[in-house]
Amino acid sequence: MSDASLPRRTPGRLVLFWRSFAENRGAALGFSVMMLLIMIALLANVIAPHSPIEQYRDHFLTPPMWQSGGSPAFPLGTDDVGRDLLARLIFGARLSLLIGIAVVTLSLSCGIVLGLSAAFAGGMIDMAIMRLMDIVLVFPSLLLAIVIVAILGPGLFNAMIAVAIVTLPSYTRLTRAAALSELARDYVTATRCAGAGTLHLMFDTVLPNCLAPLIVQATLGFATAILDAAALGFLGLGAQPPTPEWGTMLAGALQFYQRAWWVLAFPGLAILVTVLAFNLFGDGLRDALDPKLKR
Amino acid sequence: MFRFLITRISVVIPTFVAVTFLSFLLIHLVPGDPIETRSGEHGITPERLAELRHLYGFDQPLWRQFLHYERDVASGDLGTSIVTQDSVWHAFLQLFPATVELSLCAILFAVLVGVPLGVIAAVRRGTTFDYGLMGVSVTGASMPIFWWGLMAILLFSVTLGWTPVSGRISDAMFVEPVTGFMLIDCWYSDDAGACVSAARHLILPMIVLGTVPLAVVARMTRSAMLEVLNEDYIRTARAKGLSAPRVVVIHALRNALIPVVTVIGLQVGSLLSGAILTETIFAWPGVGHWLVESVQRRDYPVVQGGVLLIATLVMLVNLTVDLTYGLLNPRIRR
Repeated sequence: MSDASLPRRTPGRLVLFWRSFAENRGAALGFSVMMLLIMIALLANVIAPHSPIEQYRDHFLTPPMWQSGGSPAFPLGTDDVGRDLLARLIFGARLSLLIGIAVVTLSLSCGIVLGLSAAFAGGMIDMAIMRLMDIVLVFPSLLLAIVIVAILGPGLFNAMIAVAIVTLPSYTRLTRAAALSELARDYVTATRCAGAGTLHLMFDTVLPNCLAPLIVQATLGFATAILDAAALGFLGLGAQPPTPEWGTMLAGALQFYQRAWWVLAFPGLAILVTVLAFNLFGDGLRDALDPKLKR
Repeated sequence: MFRFLITRISVVIPTFVAVTFLSFLLIHLVPGDPIETRSGEHGITPERLAELRHLYGFDQPLWRQFLHYERDVASGDLGTSIVTQDSVWHAFLQLFPATVELSLCAILFAVLVGVPLGVIAAVRRGTTFDYGLMGVSVTGASMPIFWWGLMAILLFSVTLGWTPVSGRISDAMFVEPVTGFMLIDCWYSDDAGACVSAARHLILPMIVLGTVPLAVVARMTRSAMLEVLNEDYIRTARAKGLSAPRVVVIHALRNALIPVVTVIGLQVGSLLSGAILTETIFAWPGVGHWLVESVQRRDYPVVQGGVLLIATLVMLVNLTVDLTYGLLNPRIRR
């Protein structure tokens, strides 16, 4: 009973955040899968049983090890030129996470700069930026990405640029909306009166207070980036063979999947699990960061 | 109301011009003009090359090409395919009904399945059904549909043999294209076999394309219903002694559907993105399949015209949704 006399420490913000986050089982699951994927990507060299591009000429389309004709040397089977599917999936995880990071970084940083400029400048600049974003939004995202890749030429790098451009409007709009609501607050006026420059106001005063929705959007954007890049790879416009990108692997499986289900099933499952993990995590983050949405 | 109409429409026109500019520019950013690209494959003489360039107007300065393009677009001429020599507008009109048919059926599927599921989940909030449905829904929304479609073909077409692998109707059948909508054309032709064949061809692409909207609609219906079920007028309806189904369907659902309809309206763009992939997988002769093929064949006039038409379409749908709200809800007009 002696505890009761001690003053209770109020839990810190981070602890509160973590509690409400961990309550959400979906988000916790998504977070665990994300961590697992990151580990796999980092340790790809160590855990992959084979090289992702080495072709075993006497093992074309070997089924997974639990099926008759399978071999324990190739746990998930091999593809049409005898490459180990598991090794390709493991290296594919590295690639997919890199795609996510690159696309989100590019699109988020451009979106922040554009959104803040629009909010701070107002008038014509604001209108020009936002109209441009509206125009980008008029094109179905995949169609625009396809056209951009068609112009730049197929390849992983160009596919990432295309996806970054396509996802740019959501970050710009979010930043602008959040910055506009912050600009009306007293602390911004106070900082301005204290003589802070526009750049300081933008990135040091206002931006940190706009981060919550951006972090959520970035997590969900990670999922979109991986999905769209895989779709481009599938259409032959993203990463080119023999790169072990999951979408590109699916495109390569098109001719064989009717007699070798595993070349189709596993890469797609990898995409689904990864995208799902980021979506669950993002949803959980949103609920934890925005108490208004909680029921 | 009149002012509201005018402001909305006056925003659309500059956007349309900008969209034409962008679609024009996109294609001209490609290194080497289309004639040059194609001549590499066929090896034609420099004289013929210059002649072709002149014919297509590629030898003129860019700004003049753009003005010409604007004038042509305004008069309804979207150019000719370099590969098939067919007019882009004509090809689009022939293929577009197939895309509309597929997309409408997919949306219908999503709504007819998603709304009831969302309502049940909301009414039985916190039960296994609710959690299960939300789990399935977030999975559906994360689905790479190009993979989903191929898995469906593998299971239902190849292994079980229930549905055909690709196309809109069996090759052995011919139905006079009247409307371009296969189901309607079959209905009019009084050919029961053709109707069955068309429906069997449609069902798998419809489910695949409808998966993501289904997940979104189910989720949206559930959360809208949860909000509405807490309202006072629902308590009043219950207190009056109305039966539970009547309260849920007549009183709650009608109001919950408003945000759901908004979400469906916003799905048009992503539905077209999905249609590109679905049509490619199922060899569905629609606009998405046509555009992907044109990109791969570097048939730039088709890409340019097709992209412009689709962007215009999305814009018009958005405008219609916007105006409908203005009509239905006077608070939005300002």
